[in-house]
Amino acid sequence: MERMLAIMERELLRFSKSPALITMSLIVPLLQLVVLGYAFGGTVRHLRVAIVDQDRAVPAVKFRELLGAVQANTSTFDTIEYHDVTVAIDALRQGKLNGVITIPPDFSRRTLDKRAPQIALITDNTDNVVAATLTASLSNLLVAYDAPRVVQRRIPGATSLDVVEVYPYVPYIQYLLPGSIVMSIFMMVMIGGGIIFIDDKARGLHEGYLVTPVTALELILGFNLSGAIKAVIAGLVLMTFGTLIAGVPHPFEVLRLLRMLLVIVVTSMALISMMFLIMVRMNNPLMPRALFGALNTLLYFPSGAVYPQQAFPGWLRAIAIVDPFTYAVHALKSLILKNTGLAAITNDLLFLSIFSLVTLGAATLLFRRTL
Amino acid sequence: MRARVVSAAPDASAPAIDVRAIEKAFGDFIAVKGISFQVARGEVFGLLGPNGAGKSTLIRMMTTLVVPTSGTAIIGGCDVVEDPNGVRRAIGVIPQAMTSDLELTPTENLSIFAKLYGVPRARRKHLIAELLEAVELTAWADKPVKNLSGGMRRRVEIARGLVHEPRIFFLDEPTTGLDPVSRGAVWEMLRKIKAERDLTVLLTTHYMDEADKLCDRIAIVDHGELKALDSPANLKAAVPSQNTLDASFSGAPADWLRRLQALPGVAHVSGDGTVYRIASSSGPATTMALMAEAAKAGVSVQSLAVQSTSLDDVFVHYTGRQLRDALQAPTAADNPFMMRR
Ligand SMILES: Nc1ncnc2c1ncn2[C@@H]1O[C@H](COP(=O)(O)OP(=O)(O)OP(=O)(O)O)[C@@H](O)[C@H]1O
Ligand SMILES: [Mg+2]
Repeated sequence: MERMLAIMERELLRFSKSPALITMSLIVPLLQLVVLGYAFGGTVRHLRVAIVDQDRAVPAVKFRELLGAVQANTSTFDTIEYHDVTVAIDALRQGKLNGVITIPPDFSRRTLDKRAPQIALITDNTDNVVAATLTASLSNLLVAYDAPRVVQRRIPGATSLDVVEVYPYVPYIQYLLPGSIVMSIFMMVMIGGGIIFIDDKARGLHEGYLVTPVTALELILGFNLSGAIKAVIAGLVLMTFGTLIAGVPHPFEVLRLLRMLLVIVVTSMALISMMFLIMVRMNNPLMPRALFGALNTLLYFPSGAVYPQQAFPGWLRAIAIVDPFTYAVHALKSLILKNTGLAAITNDLLFLSIFSLVTLGAATLLFRRTL
Repeated sequence: MRARVVSAAPDASAPAIDVRAIEKAFGDFIAVKGISFQVARGEVFGLLGPNGAGKSTLIRMMTTLVVPTSGTAIIGGCDVVEDPNGVRRAIGVIPQAMTSDLELTPTENLSIFAKLYGVPRARRKHLIAELLEAVELTAWADKPVKNLSGGMRRRVEIARGLVHEPRIFFLDEPTTGLDPVSRGAVWEMLRKIKAERDLTVLLTTHYMDEADKLCDRIAIVDHGELKALDSPANLKAAVPSQNTLDASFSGAPADWLRRLQALPGVAHVSGDGTVYRIASSSGPATTMALMAEAAKAGVSVQSLAVQSTSLDDVFVHYTGRQLRDALQAPTAADNPFMMRR
C-alpha cells in the first residue's frame, strides 16, 4: 500500500512539475470546442443570389417584393439583378454566386391561369449546406407567396404537425461541450498515461523501480490511480471553462456539478485502464504517437459528440456501441443539456465501470514484472 | 516472510554473489552463455567487456529484471529464480540508463525509493540527508535533477541505490558518458561509500582504468562468455609481454626488424621502417640490448618510450582484439529513444 502510494507520488509530482504537459492536454480540446462550436451550426448569411426576371409582369413583381422583404429581414441572401440566364450561370460556375433564381417568361400567365407556375432555382450543389439553406428559404418564401390559396385549399379534417420543444434552444457549442470534456480526459490519458509511460520504458526508467520489492499489483494500481487523477483534473478544468465559454445556463448548480464529477471520475478510470491495456506490452515509443490520431478519430467521432449516431451506417454504430466515449458523452449531454438526475445516466455509468474493470483485469494478466 | 528470514541471516562465509551456469537466450541469439563465478562478501568485482558483450543482460539476471533461460544466481542467500523478492530487498541497483526523475529533486527521488523499499518513516529523512552528504550533493538536494550535470546525476542514483542500506550493490556502467573529472568524482564516492559500510559491489564497465583502479577482481566478458577472471595484477602478470617499447629510429638498415626480434626478451615487433612497437617480457633487458644494437649498427635512436602492460593488453590477449575497436557500436544509453529490448 505504501509502495503504491510512492508510485502515485512519483507520477503526480512529475505531473505537477510539467506545466507544458498540462497546458497541452487542455488546449487542444478547448480549441476544438471553440473553433468547431463556432465553425459549425451557425446560420448561413449573405449568400449571393442572382435574380433573372424574364417575365416582369405583376405576379413576378409581387414575388420579387417578397424576396426583397426576406433579404431585408433575415439577410440569408443578397440578390443581384442579372438579365441573361447564361451569364448568371457562368458566374455561378465561377463561384461569384451561390445560386440563381429565374422567373420564366410565362410565370405571370401561368399564375393567372392557375397552370402550375414555376420558379427555377439553380444552386451550386458542391456545397450541401449552402444549397440546402437556399432551397429551404426559397421554399418557405413560396409557401408565403401561395399562402392565401393554401388556406383556401385546407381541408378541415387534415392533420397538422405541432412541434413542442421540451428544452430551450441548444447552440451547437453546447452540443459539443460533452465531447470536449471527454476529449480532454482522453488527451491527458494519452499523453500523461500512454506516451510518458512508454517513453519511460524506452529510456530504461522502469528498471529503476522494477528492481525494488514493489509488487505488480502495486505498480498497476499506482499507475492507474495516478493516471485517473490527472485525467479527472483535466476533465474538471475543461468542464469549468467549457460551461462558461459555451454559456450553459446555471453553470454552477451544485447537484449537477457533483453528478458531472462522478461521470468524469468514472470516465477517467475507464479511459486510463483502456490505455494501460493498450500500452502494457508496448515498447516502441513511436507506437503511442502513431496510435494517438487513430484512436482519437475512432473514439471521438463515433461517440455522437459531433453528430447524431442515428445518422451512422451499421458498422459505425457497431463501433459506437463499444466506444466508451459514447457513454461518457451521452451521460454528460444528459447533465449539461437537460440537467437530468442520476437515473438517466445509470446505464452509462454501469457500462463505463464494467469497461474499466474488464480492461484493467486484462492488463493485469498481461503485465510483466520483468523486462 | 520466509524469504526475509533466510536473507536476514546469511552465512558469513557464503559468497555474496554466486552465479551458477547462468544463460540467457533471446530467440536464437545467446546473449549470455552459461557463465559461473562467485563474489566474496566485501569484494569489489568488475565485469569488463565491450558493447554487446552481455554485461547488462548478466546484471539484469542477477537483479531479477530478466529471467535466466537456464542456470541461476544466488544473491545474498536468495535465489533469483525462486525468491526474486528476497533478492530485491538485499540489493541496490544502478541500471545502465540514467533513471532518476529529471523534474524531481534529489531528495524527492530518494524519498520515493525509500518508500518503495519500505524504509521506516523515522529513518528516511536522516538517511537521505546522510547519503546526499556522502555523494556531496547536499547543496543540490532541493534543486530539480535536470539542473545537475551528468556526473552529479549519476551520484544521485548511487545515493538512491543505497537508500535502503543494501548489502550488495550492482552498478551497470556507472561512468559511461561522463567526462574524466566526473568519472573521477564517481570513483571517489564509490571508494568512500565502500570504505564506510559492509558492502559488496559488482560493477560493469568498458573502461580499463576504471576496472583497474576500483576492482579487487575482474571478469573479462566477450560474446556472452567469461574469458578470464582474476585480480588486475594477476591478469596483467599472466600476459606474456610485460612491457611495450615504442621507438623511432633514423638510418635503420633493411633487416632492422629481424635484428630487433632477436633481442633478449622480445616477444613481438611491429614497425614501418622508422617507428616500431616492441612487446617484451623484460623492459630493462630489452632496452639495454636495443641501445647497444643501435650503436653497433650506426642507427640513431630518435625516441624511446617504455610502458608497462596495461589492462588494454590483457584485453587484447584474452579476446584477440582491442577494446577500442570493439567499442564502435553506439550504446543504447547514448540515445534516449533507442530501444533497449
Ligand atoms: N531483449 C533482447 N532481445 C534480443 N536481444 C537482446 C535483448 N537484450 C539484449 N540483447 C542482445 O544481447 C547482447 C548483449 O546485450 P547487453 O545489453 O547485455 O550488452 P552489454 O555488454 O551490456 O553492452 P553495452 O556496453 O552496450 O551496454 C547484445 O547483442 C544485445 O543486442
Ligand atoms: Mg550494458
